[in-house]
Amino acid sequence: MIAATLSRMPHLARRDQASLSMTLLAPLIALCVAAFLNLLLYLAIGRNPGAVFHAMLLEPLLTWYSFSEVLLKAGPLLLIAQGLAIGFRAKVFNIGAEGQFILGAIFASAIPVLYPQAAGWWVWPLMLLLGAAGGAIWAGLTAFWRVRFNANEILVSLMLSLVAEQLLNYLLLGPWKDPMGFNFPQSVMFQMDALVPTLLPGTRVNVSLLIAVFISILAWLFMQRSFAGYKLQVGGLAPGAARYAGFSGGTAIWLSLLIGGFAAGLAGAAEVAGPLGQLQRSISTGYGYSAIIVAYLGGLHPIGIIISSLLMAVLYIGGDNAMVSANLPVAAVRVFQGSLLLSYMIAVAFVRYRLEWPGRSSGGRI
Amino acid sequence: MSAFEFILSGMLAAATPFLLAALGELVVERSGVINLGVEGMMALGAAIAFIVVHNGGGHFLAFIAAGLAATLLSFLFTFVALGFRANQIATGLAIGIFGLGLSALFGNSYESMTVKGLAKINIPVLSDLPVIGGVFTQDIVVWLSLLVTLAIGLAFAYSKIGLILRAVGENPEAARAIGYPVVTIRVWATAFGGLMAGFAGAYASTVYTPLWADGLIAGRGWIAIALVVFGTWLTGRIFLGACLFGAVSLASLAMQTSGIELPSQLLSSLPYLVTIIVLGIISSNKKLLKLNGISSLGEPFEPL
Repeated sequence: MIAATLSRMPHLARRDQASLSMTLLAPLIALCVAAFLNLLLYLAIGRNPGAVFHAMLLEPLLTWYSFSEVLLKAGPLLLIAQGLAIGFRAKVFNIGAEGQFILGAIFASAIPVLYPQAAGWWVWPLMLLLGAAGGAIWAGLTAFWRVRFNANEILVSLMLSLVAEQLLNYLLLGPWKDPMGFNFPQSVMFQMDALVPTLLPGTRVNVSLLIAVFISILAWLFMQRSFAGYKLQVGGLAPGAARYAGFSGGTAIWLSLLIGGFAAGLAGAAEVAGPLGQLQRSISTGYGYSAIIVAYLGGLHPIGIIISSLLMAVLYIGGDNAMVSANLPVAAVRVFQGSLLLSYMIAVAFVRYRLEWPGRSSGGRI
Repeated sequence: MSAFEFILSGMLAAATPFLLAALGELVVERSGVINLGVEGMMALGAAIAFIVVHNGGGHFLAFIAAGLAATLLSFLFTFVALGFRANQIATGLAIGIFGLGLSALFGNSYESMTVKGLAKINIPVLSDLPVIGGVFTQDIVVWLSLLVTLAIGLAFAYSKIGLILRAVGENPEAARAIGYPVVTIRVWATAFGGLMAGFAGAYASTVYTPLWADGLIAGRGWIAIALVVFGTWLTGRIFLGACLFGAVSLASLAMQTSGIELPSQLLSSLPYLVTIIVLGIISSNKKLLKLNGISSLGEPFEPL
């Protein structure tokens, strides 16, 4: 009987070629589905869905200042996601960007914390470079473990993120704690030269947004135009063919993780040298994990990721708005993020497949 | 009580959340599916169980509710990953984020509240032994978990269900050719993984440390996934691995209270560092992994 029921259910049939329109529509469909389901959830927990919808998805775009805050949030997400997407395309799953972000923030903070008198135009650029190096080193540990010991990079990079959180706590409760900070777990406030210059007057948007856009262009050039990027993609799509062509799997792992760690570390450095101005416990509100969603939602494509990082930034700012105006728990944003990625995974299936209804063997296209 | 006795007697209880979640994931992976959402399923189970116990529902009902909630989440995973043949890694991560979000949402108004744990059950005579007596004083869930471990080990070795499950994971095409419904079997194996993760979360929040705090699972779901690799997909080794992690987390507690001059953050990272090191040691033995690994792991099954 079960078999009879199953045979009457629609099933997936492979398309002859991938659907371009679905590739472009999938994120949009996913957003609509996720928004609808989450509004139902807000109704279920006794919030006014209209008010939440307005605060979460519209308000961030209504005034120039709140939109500038969206741009500010989009910066780190954009940077991290561009780095991660390169690895994901090569099927190297670095999910420890959170830890690489934290290490970037720590490395960058070393200058203003240890040399609070340091002055000059070079201070913040050096901090960003140090941060990027810190992220790359942390990711490099995962690469080394994977290449040398064959250890799964998903688990190792995630474990290193948890270790990074503890390292941050250690520094902020111990050696790097601001002696004048009333015992709060935070570092001293950074000096002027240790702060990234503001880009748009009257807002908190700083030069690091330009850097993120520049990195996006580099990512696009790397993946679409360079031989190294081509080798990475082949390794991800057809590992057998890549081996046959002599492309080394070890290089792909090193390259993917170092690029991902570099970008995440840069983002972490830009965060402490940008809107925060000091090293704090709450430097990351889950950017490293959200960036995974940003990368997938953007179709792992540099241009798609620019759009999806803006969308995710709207969710962040909107979530804060809704917390104040509609009394929505902050966790609701994580629920939204999770359901958004799940909806996207379903929607993107229709790039390669179409639903086939039994009885209409070839006509039932969707 | 010496530190050694402290670790020995508490080890099984500390190991239980790892053990339950890892055994669940073992069954999932044996069927050829990898669900990385264990952390989220555990967190959801932990929140639901805590809410039930806190509102007077009792532990039995709490475990049932937690198991069901996490199973529902695993059905969502199967709907996306098996129903639409989506990338299992990304789907698992999404389930993890979703489950952690739901757990924080439901647990929001219970932050730092406590409940009463479960009474310990002594095994007569054995629990009176010197030094090792503490091992025989455990709560009912620990005893049941040991039985479940034994049952799963035996099922894989001898039962028909266990053999079918392994066949589906090893060679889904062949399993289908001899008439087994590959996808249906995978759906139920994944559901079992959800159920066990829910129990593991319930144990963590209502028995082992009966208090609610957001982020209470603290990576234990991920360590459970690592444990499946440590145990090279064998029940007995997974049990030993879980005991090792139980002992490590207790050892870091014991060191923190004994006044050894080490930063507490280093001790808190100990389980994660041990995971990284052991993962390196086990994985570098490629022959061992190849011998016991699952050949269709994570690959979608497309019947022609």
